[in-house]
Amino acid sequence: MVTAKLRAGDLSRITDMAEVKGRSLWADARKRFLLNKAAVASLLVLIIITLFSLSGEAIAPWTNEEIDFNVIGSADTKGMPSLESGHYFGTDDLGRDLFARSAQGTRVSLMVGFVGTFIAVLVGTVYGAVSGYVGGRTDAIMMRIVDILSAIPYMFVLILLLVMFGRSMFMIFVGIGLLSWLGMARIVRGQTLSLKHKEYIEAARASGVSSWKIILRHILPNLLGVVAVYTTLLIPDMIMAESFISFLGLGVQEPLTSLGALIAEGSKAIVQGSLWQLYFPLAFFTVTLYAFYFVGDGLRDALDPKDR
Amino acid sequence: MALLDVKNLGVTFATNDGTVTAVNGVSFSLERGETLGIVGESGSGKSQLSFAIMGLLAKNGRATGSVCFKDQEILNVAPSVINALRAVHISMVFQDPMTSLNPYMRVSDQMAEVLTHHQGMSKTDALKACVQMLDAVKIPDSKGRIRLYPHEFSGGMRQRVMIAMALLCRPDLLIADEPTTALDVTVQAQIMALLRELQAEFGMATILITHDLGVIAGFCRNVMVLYGGQVMETAPVDPLFESPSHPYTRGLINAIPRVDTQGETLVTIPGTPPNMLRAPKGCPFAPRCAYAAEDCDDHLAPLTTFAPGRLRACNRSLKDLA
Amino acid sequence: MFSFIARRLLVAVPTLLILIVISAVLMHAAPGGPFNSERKLSAEVVANLQAKYGLDQPLYVQIWTYIRDLVLHFDFGPSFKYKDRTVNDIIAQGFPVTLVYGFWSFVIATILGIGAGVIAAIRQNTPTDYLVLSVAIIGAVLPGYVIAPILVLVFTLKLGWLPGGGWEDGEWRYLVLPVIALSTGYIASIARLMRSSMLETLNSNFVRTARAKGLPEWKVITRHVMKPALLPILSYLGPVFVGMITGSVVIDMYFSTGGIGKSFVDSALNRDYSVMLGVTLLVGALTIVFNLIVDVLYAFIDPKIRY
Repeated sequence: MVTAKLRAGDLSRITDMAEVKGRSLWADARKRFLLNKAAVASLLVLIIITLFSLSGEAIAPWTNEEIDFNVIGSADTKGMPSLESGHYFGTDDLGRDLFARSAQGTRVSLMVGFVGTFIAVLVGTVYGAVSGYVGGRTDAIMMRIVDILSAIPYMFVLILLLVMFGRSMFMIFVGIGLLSWLGMARIVRGQTLSLKHKEYIEAARASGVSSWKIILRHILPNLLGVVAVYTTLLIPDMIMAESFISFLGLGVQEPLTSLGALIAEGSKAIVQGSLWQLYFPLAFFTVTLYAFYFVGDGLRDALDPKDR
Repeated sequence: MALLDVKNLGVTFATNDGTVTAVNGVSFSLERGETLGIVGESGSGKSQLSFAIMGLLAKNGRATGSVCFKDQEILNVAPSVINALRAVHISMVFQDPMTSLNPYMRVSDQMAEVLTHHQGMSKTDALKACVQMLDAVKIPDSKGRIRLYPHEFSGGMRQRVMIAMALLCRPDLLIADEPTTALDVTVQAQIMALLRELQAEFGMATILITHDLGVIAGFCRNVMVLYGGQVMETAPVDPLFESPSHPYTRGLINAIPRVDTQGETLVTIPGTPPNMLRAPKGCPFAPRCAYAAEDCDDHLAPLTTFAPGRLRACNRSLKDLA
Repeated sequence: MFSFIARRLLVAVPTLLILIVISAVLMHAAPGGPFNSERKLSAEVVANLQAKYGLDQPLYVQIWTYIRDLVLHFDFGPSFKYKDRTVNDIIAQGFPVTLVYGFWSFVIATILGIGAGVIAAIRQNTPTDYLVLSVAIIGAVLPGYVIAPILVLVFTLKLGWLPGGGWEDGEWRYLVLPVIALSTGYIASIARLMRSSMLETLNSNFVRTARAKGLPEWKVITRHVMKPALLPILSYLGPVFVGMITGSVVIDMYFSTGGIGKSFVDSALNRDYSVMLGVTLLVGALTIVFNLIVDVLYAFIDPKIRY
């Protein structure tokens, strides 16, 4: 009787453990992320903002370049937001529709955020993974270079490059991306160093798999979690950097616009009292940034093994 | 009157996943100068028990029951009350000497602040007393070394510093929480010898918390065996080793590796300690116990005296275990 | 200690040199010289101008001259735009202004950030903590160019308390809004960093030891917690410094304070490369020196760093 009881207990314990181990890292992380209300809400907000930025110009009765001659010259009295005139967000000083321009600006800002981050993540991940995996003197030299580069005030260099080589969208993407990979490289290198000595990597090496293949097949997939978190947190930084440059009038050029450029215009217009010119771009800007931060935070909490 | 009287002490932690019970209804008392060993595997609640006595539980921890020191209640009292007792009357030596000393402060400052704070000594007098205490724990060149930072000491030396610091005010009670776990085996022996010597010299009551029955055997007069936050058995050291009265204690003693039985596989207790998030209703050891029956899942017999100085909590009678 | 500083200098000096060389090469290799601007100049005038600025020399001579003047005489050369002014003149005019409001912003951000972080950590999970945290989260996402217009809107246009721009030799009323705009974001991020570093220290084993000694909580915090908790803040001050210098560009633009950021943006709009480079180099050098100071301070505080 006693032994039978013991076996039953054993069995239930074993099935218990199987159940616990059966969940994969990603399934686990997804579950935790979905439990984080702020992160999920932010993700929804981001989707809505993206949809707005893509379709806003189609919905608006005015295009972003059309000038409303009823308004021009007296934007502060006639250009306020109204459903009747079709300027849902009002107009700017030139009588251009702010709804369409906000959609356009949001799209440009998001694009800079995504493309810039993509470049930074690509360069940073490869650089960091190689540096960490090769190790030794190569690692020391590669990291020294990162140290030296991070002592350079990159916003100044970026503006310098933009002025020297022309202010195209392409330069902004590449410039912002190429100057922001340093943090990524450091993080990826650290992770790679700790992964390098894991048994399965040693096993791969022992069985003669080439270094590149090990990096691609074994190291990079395991870096995915860290990279995902850092990427989400990098996007708002990119958006901020672009807005900074556009605020100074050194970013995207008319008729293109971005949230930073719109905020710059709006902040000049507050003197005349047409506050909507500041409010709407500012709202999109801050809400987008918050949403990215909360999603990033949620991802970090979901993927961080420390919390387990 | 007993020096320390613990009655029905419970410790719970509020975590995101629910309430974790670490200690459940533990009672014992300790006379002046007495040595008590508390044994249990990791997660048995032995460290939290000592933190509860010292009022050092983490913020999400809650202690219930009563702890009387010299007839004064010290559980859940105002910070000023417990602060006046700490270091002066009750001292503690922690598990990990590597992280338990402040790495940013010289040893001299860390030691002297105990005396300047509690006894109003001047810094110079305090330092003199500290050097003497370092001599007592056999740190060579104590006068020079007291000026160093903790990372400039080896692990064993750091634990000696911890012990010296704990004894500065000649406390009545010393709680040593796994004082040798983080150290090399040879250093372990030295530290235990030192503790034994100091205990004889200063005569303070000592609670030694450990998972290592071997350490207990050479040091304590009485032993309390803890499992799943509950007391399984209490006994003087010799009878405990000769005739353990509880299946868990038996398992523990059988699991001690022996030099004279070379070549045999090491004995273990099958299974793992209970998950205290869902504290078992009955005996926490039941799922791993070879003698368990249905009633063990349901309730656990209270701790009862069955011989002078010996208590046990088990649903099976001694005869059943024979 | 001295050898530690020496070793740090050994890293800092080459970094600076590399920065100088890269910028010199960039400046002289950039497409489109400074003179092919709006007005069409006659070939003769262009030749004269090029001779004046040494642009007719081979590239390597130009680069070498630039580096030599810079290293030996701190001479950034003439401005390409303003015939009668050197880059040194322009920097000397704007830099003191930047220094004044930058200094106050830095001090205020550090003190308020640390203070708020400490209070939040000590009162963890209380309304005070939540208040500090939520304000910090809001502040961290508001860059200077967003805060500045809001400040002007409220304090200048609505309340009329403070001027919305100008400098007036740094009279305090002209200082307040720029300093708030520049420091808010950093108060927020320092507060968050301080809070988490404080909480981590409060949970460490040696703090438990300090409590076991019977020290009252305030003594535990001042003697045992503050120093280790401040170390991450110290490392963060480097990025704060860089961020504030960068942010000063916005301050100069929005508040017309006339600091070095103004010179930089003006020169950028005018394609005045020599001024842009001069400012970039100066900022880079300051950053390197500041990081050096932080490193030395760190070594002083953390006994585990061997010099």
